[in-house]
Amino acid sequence: MAAANRRAPPLFWQIALLLVIMAVCVFPFYWMVTTSLKTQVVALNAPPVWFFEPTLENYREALFEDGVLDTLINSLIIAISTTALALALGVPAAFALARFEFRGKKDLWFWFITNRMVSPIVLALPFFLIAKNLGLLDKHITLILIYLTFNLPIVIWIVTDQFRGVPYDLDEAARLEGASQFTIMTRICLPLAMPGVAVSAIFSFIFSWNELMFGLILTRTDAKTAPAMAVSFMEGYNLPYGKIMATSSLIVIPVLIFALLASKQLVRGLTMGAVK
Amino acid sequence: MRDRVSRRTIFAFIGPSIIALALVGIAPLLYAGWTSLHFFNLTKLRRVKFIGLENYGTVLTDPVFWEAMGRTFFLLASALPIQVALGLGIALVLHRPGLTLLKTLTRLSLVLPMATTYAVVGLLGQVMFNQKFGVVNQLLGGADINWIGDSTNAFIMIIFWDVWQWTPFVALVLLAGLSMVPGEIEEAARLESKSWWVVLRYVQLPFLIPGLVAVLILRTADTLKLFDMVFTLTRGGPGSSTEFISLMIQRVGFRAFDQGLASAQAIILLIITIVLAQIYIRVFYKEV
Repeated sequence: MAAANRRAPPLFWQIALLLVIMAVCVFPFYWMVTTSLKTQVVALNAPPVWFFEPTLENYREALFEDGVLDTLINSLIIAISTTALALALGVPAAFALARFEFRGKKDLWFWFITNRMVSPIVLALPFFLIAKNLGLLDKHITLILIYLTFNLPIVIWIVTDQFRGVPYDLDEAARLEGASQFTIMTRICLPLAMPGVAVSAIFSFIFSWNELMFGLILTRTDAKTAPAMAVSFMEGYNLPYGKIMATSSLIVIPVLIFALLASKQLVRGLTMGAVK
Repeated sequence: MRDRVSRRTIFAFIGPSIIALALVGIAPLLYAGWTSLHFFNLTKLRRVKFIGLENYGTVLTDPVFWEAMGRTFFLLASALPIQVALGLGIALVLHRPGLTLLKTLTRLSLVLPMATTYAVVGLLGQVMFNQKFGVVNQLLGGADINWIGDSTNAFIMIIFWDVWQWTPFVALVLLAGLSMVPGEIEEAARLESKSWWVVLRYVQLPFLIPGLVAVLILRTADTLKLFDMVFTLTRGGPGSSTEFISLMIQRVGFRAFDQGLASAQAIILLIITIVLAQIYIRVFYKEV
């Protein structure tokens, strides 16, 4: 860099750069929402138009005639259930990993974490055949269970770290009073580990809500998830782009609002383990 | 010192997780192992028969499998450097003092791409990169580029979306690293040297290494897993130009219905993933 560049680039360039970053991040969402408000004729205009008369017709049709509403409810049921289950199973496991000494702990931790790296397609093939044989295709419970393969490791990873940050003296004090390990976990450590639990719950919910492949393979109609529904509009020659974008908006916007509200925690969770 | 806890107590805490993950994570793998040793075609279920390691032989000598694997690592090798370069640039700008409000807004908008449903990113790609009515060609001054139907362009488009969605992640991780540099050390270094490069290289870089390692590990895993976005955007096409490893296995298993062969491919992918994860984690990560 030239010596002329002393401390910061001129303020103007910094501001311009920040605005460009923001625009690039946000523009696709702007385009998604505006396309969802176009009629099919307007949506297929070449070159695309930026100003037009908006209509909510796509939303009405998608939600009430094509059944997107049902799939959104399915997605919600599945994402909430699998998150609750992952927390119920993962929090005690994290407590054990953070607090107890036992043989094979390192291997166990490694196994939990490796699960997160495995491509879902590896599990999708056998899971499909097993679910088919057990009559579990197109059932909510099937997705709730299989989503544990990525939610449980996330919960264990984040919450173990959080429990380790809780001072051990507190345990000891409670122990002298005769508290059981379970009481120590629920009454003493858990309240202090709540931020970590919340972060892992947010991740678990977003991952489950966003998941497509298992939803595509393991559901048909009754338990169909919203992303699988959005994809099913893609068949045929004349694609209903407005409706596809309306469905996409319905899927994405709640998550975006949620992510913005919890952005501090989300960023903390994402960067956790990355800075130590 | 920690007091001893009985085995039964330990198991009560950790057992349910182990059992649950074994049921949903390991039982299917064992079943996949069994399937992979058989001729197992969903359209010819009457003719299921044991064929030993034949499927594995087919996979290991199949150029289609290795091309998909190579394509996957090529994607990683092309997208990751862009993400790190852009991410580092964004992190350095955001790390500078001043313009607090604007920087807070930028940080917020960086969260959005990461939270977006991968399948929706693909659908958005379809709309924005359409040759005729896509906004991308319009913004390029009325260009007439066939993005989705051309092998090279489709690959570039996939890189674009991968970079769009994951550069924010890299930026935020590196920003967290930069904020770990003790303020007085950074100040002293800036007084000492006027070059931002010297400060970056000798003062800030050591604090960025753990973040870069985490990015490398997670991006490798995510690229091996990549499915949703490409499936909705190109379905692996045109031809097989964007058919990454997870898409290829899905095609063999669910569109060619050859579950035996697909299971063998999946297990080889699993072995490659575990070996990579072992190497990465053992080399770089602190454990329990």
